Amino acid sequence: MTLIDPLIALATRGVTIFLMVAGLYVVIARGNMVKKLVGLSLFQSSVYLLFILPGKIVGGTAPIIDPAFEVYAHPLPHVLILTAIVVGIGTLALGLALVVRIREAFGTIEEDEILAREDAVRVERDE
Amino acid sequence: MIAAHLPVLVVLLPLFGGLLAALSRHNEAAFWIALVASIATLAAAAALAGQVMAGGPISYRIGGWDPALGIEYRIDAVSAPILLLVAAMGVAAIVYARRSVTVEIIPERVAWYYTMMLICLAGLLGMAASGDAFNIFVFLEISSLSTYTLIALGRDRRALLAAYQYLIVGTIGATFYVIGVGLLYLSTGTLNFGLIVERLPEITSPRALIAAEAFIVVGIALKLALFPLHAWLPNAYAYAPSSATALLASTATKVAVYLLARYLFAVFGIQRSVGPISVADALMALSLLAMFAASLAAIFQNDIKRLLAFSSVAQIGYITLGLAIANEAGVTGAFLHIMNHALMKGAAFMAIGAILISAGSSKLDELAGIGRTMPVAAGALTVAGLALIGVPGTSGFVSKWYLVLGAIEAGRLWLAILIVASSVLAVLYVGRILEVIWFREPAKRSLEAQAVPLSLLAPTLVLAALTIWFGLDAGFPVELASSAAKALLGVSKGALP
Amino acid sequence: MTGMLLSGEASLALALVIPALAALAIIALARHPNLREAATLVAALALFIVVVDLLTGVLAGARPALELAHLAPGLSIALHVDPLGMLFTAIAATLWVANSVYSIGYMRGNDEPRQTTFYACFAIAIFATMGLALAGNLLTLFLFYEILSLSTYPLVTLKRSREAMRAGRIYLLTLIGASMILLLPAIIWTYAISGTLDFAPGGFLAGRVGPEAMAVLLGLYVFGAAKAAVMPLHRWLPNAMVAPTPVSALLHAVAVVKAGVFTILKVVVSVFGIETLQTTGSSAWLVYVAGFTIIAASFVALSADDLKRRLAYSTVSQLSYIVMAAALATPLAVIGAALHIAAHAVSKITLFFAAGSVYTAEHVTKVSAMDGIGRRMPWTMAAFTIGALSMIGLPPTAGFLGKWFMLGAAGGAANWFAVGVIIVSTVLNAAYFLPIIFRAFMKPANGPVREAPLAMVVALTATAAGTILLFLLPDIPLRLARAMVGV
Repeated sequence: MTLIDPLIALATRGVTIFLMVAGLYVVIARGNMVKKLVGLSLFQSSVYLLFILPGKIVGGTAPIIDPAFEVYAHPLPHVLILTAIVVGIGTLALGLALVVRIREAFGTIEEDEILAREDAVRVERDE
Repeated sequence: MIAAHLPVLVVLLPLFGGLLAALSRHNEAAFWIALVASIATLAAAAALAGQVMAGGPISYRIGGWDPALGIEYRIDAVSAPILLLVAAMGVAAIVYARRSVTVEIIPERVAWYYTMMLICLAGLLGMAASGDAFNIFVFLEISSLSTYTLIALGRDRRALLAAYQYLIVGTIGATFYVIGVGLLYLSTGTLNFGLIVERLPEITSPRALIAAEAFIVVGIALKLALFPLHAWLPNAYAYAPSSATALLASTATKVAVYLLARYLFAVFGIQRSVGPISVADALMALSLLAMFAASLAAIFQNDIKRLLAFSSVAQIGYITLGLAIANEAGVTGAFLHIMNHALMKGAAFMAIGAILISAGSSKLDELAGIGRTMPVAAGALTVAGLALIGVPGTSGFVSKWYLVLGAIEAGRLWLAILIVASSVLAVLYVGRILEVIWFREPAKRSLEAQAVPLSLLAPTLVLAALTIWFGLDAGFPVELASSAAKALLGVSKGALP
Repeated sequence: MTGMLLSGEASLALALVIPALAALAIIALARHPNLREAATLVAALALFIVVVDLLTGVLAGARPALELAHLAPGLSIALHVDPLGMLFTAIAATLWVANSVYSIGYMRGNDEPRQTTFYACFAIAIFATMGLALAGNLLTLFLFYEILSLSTYPLVTLKRSREAMRAGRIYLLTLIGASMILLLPAIIWTYAISGTLDFAPGGFLAGRVGPEAMAVLLGLYVFGAAKAAVMPLHRWLPNAMVAPTPVSALLHAVAVVKAGVFTILKVVVSVFGIETLQTTGSSAWLVYVAGFTIIAASFVALSADDLKRRLAYSTVSQLSYIVMAAALATPLAVIGAALHIAAHAVSKITLFFAAGSVYTAEHVTKVSAMDGIGRRMPWTMAAFTIGALSMIGLPPTAGFLGKWFMLGAAGGAANWFAVGVIIVSTVLNAAYFLPIIFRAFMKPANGPVREAPLAMVVALTATAAGTILLFLLPDIPLRLARAMVGV
């Protein structure tokens, strides 16, 4: 138990919250569809930290049973987050695939440009 | 032997059906696999419902692990009707898809389409069957990811946009949910619903709990399109292929409502106050807003699919309102409306899908007089529309009856009046459709409409017939809904102060 | 024992089945107008026979009941005859025969479009009226009330013109809107209070709810049943005048408005109970609202030049007589109200038949253009005169009976406001009907004698005769009305 440990804990907590807020901000503020997905990934990553941090026990090792160690990190959060990471990859992959298809169909991946074009099409049709 | 594994089979059947359909790479084979898998799922769900009604809740431990560590599947009076509903609507949508995909989906993608439908079903059923908060997140994402794909397969290019927007919003929602679950886990050290409820009284500081509740409720609210988090829904429903719209409208939001009910009643306690107002009051306010604002928006839509989508947002408001009333009649009304609305909206989207396929448009102004050339589809749409209003003799009336009864029993006559007043808005948007399709001289498209194949009409008519049947003899749905309500309210008393 | 040919349950079932089958037959025979009209007539006659059979049973004391569907615990869709329901059933079934004969003449004479829709929806409206009149509980009544609104919408909009569609929208929105916002909560509230919806002689709300709440509940029922056209929810009725005359006859005499006042009267008698209302005084306010409607509508009628509009406001005013009588809540008053339902039905249908006949023969719709029309269409205008006398309430017409009872009841209850309203409105009625008769017969004719088609003349003569007959032989309705309050 050193003085550094609580500081690290504080810092990682800070990182968690920063990633969460920054990720969400990027999703909302950016019009570029790839950047939005980047933001989304950041946002999800913060959750991985959120789950894993409390499982960390100071001085504990990875949860592999061995007579040499008595203190282990809690294994359940790790298992959960492995699943969550897979889900995150799936989401990102699907999102990127959609962006590719959107670029093929609309010729751009800027959200506001697409909306502007759709509006133009609608006005044309109504006239 | 099989009976003991039903709780997990109900999820695995569509999941493996989906895999098989993907591997088959053959459209016809994929359809039959999907059909067999969905019917088997329905049989499993029906058997489960029978077991629960006869012998009370069923607990199933995956791999034999203790619930504290492993995953527990729990089928009770609350989840059994949802399983039954989702499985039944899955069969209807897949039968309907056989003909509709030939028009709406590129042939090379048809097998994938069935795969996605089955996986979506698996995800939704998993959400209802699982008693593990994190496991539910995984199923939530399984259903969501397949839903995005289903929407993106729509033939309009705007379907891609709708899918992308839903993906962003849906992922934020799911992540919010999992953050809430994380906080709950930090407070209680478990992910099992039953254990969470047991350990909640030991928690000294309620702050983490309030934060968990906020994240979870907002996350689920995004998924169920609770006003004002509904913006993704109209585009998604309007541009998705017809069979996907019918499936999503009648299942996805319903499972999310179920989940909300689970958390609010069993875990957090709906009467608990956060700051000056209780959760129930907040939910009630949002529900009322949904009922009025979305109905108003529906009145001004020209595309019937979009109109019905806005109506869905409004009707979800009725359901959440029933939860917010939080007495037996109100919650019974909510669960009744979950089932009844699934049937009527399924029928409505299938009918307009048939019209879209035959006449090539779902725009109101292009479908004048379609009732003359397509009387059966227009008739089904009419029945569904009347049920949306809540005309007696349709299932919508029965659910509205219980909602209003709940409001009056809670001593809120004003709320009863508001509920019925909002159905007058439904008279307006349904009336607009009916006036155009029946009472106008046929437009060009209406006259050129092709005959509708039976495989499209059969599931549509079955749903429309059920809508009337449950409006005249509601014994079965009322029994399911009231036992769900009793189970939820019974638990709720033991939960938080 | 009861002198019935059929069992009571069978009669109840047939009363619903016959019009329903008629609607299907009419749709199936769309391409054969003669067969289609024959189907309507046969069904109307068959229904009439069934209802007469049922009537003999009810007069002998039978009260058959029939459960159609069990909706949910405590909620069922069921029929159960009572004297008031029997009276309404008999009126509607009888007038369906007359109206069918008249319609054939009118629809053909004016070459109206969409005649199949007309006959089919008419049959469905009769189906709904039968269900409503025979309803054994409030839920059943509400179900058929809404079916009646929906099935008459295509009739109001039969012309499909812009004006007709607008009238249809007002019609549907007012009737369905009011029934959803007010009537349905009233019914559910009743259920929440008492745990039952089954009509019971003498009512079932006594002692379960305070007088103020009861007054509110009564208000929900009265305005929820907007078909009764109590002001301010009366605008749909004059607007619906764009429809062809047989439809107006359906709205004003056979089914729709009668369904409204029937609902109110039924609720007063069999849900609240007149004794309960009498002791709590919860219906006192309604006397004033109905009285206002009577007078105000009469003034509007006085200033209307369009004949059908004048008749429409006359209906608004006459309906409120019934509502006012129900609000007085004495046995004598509700007997008067029940009789007035019958009297108004048969006389107003005569007036509309005559108006339609004038329109068919001469295309006259304005009162100011009716100079000398009585000399050219003597049968029509003679019938009109009888109907008008009945509206004013003069003997020897049916209208006299109901008014006599109501006046007696108002006097007996020492309600001088009601007495005044009845007297003033009688003067006003005379003021807007007598000039028409004067013009028709006293002004010189401007053409030869030319009556409307035979079918129409036969029908309107029959209903005019009925108006007088009801005065001379009021035995059956009077017995039913007395049985309703058990005196």
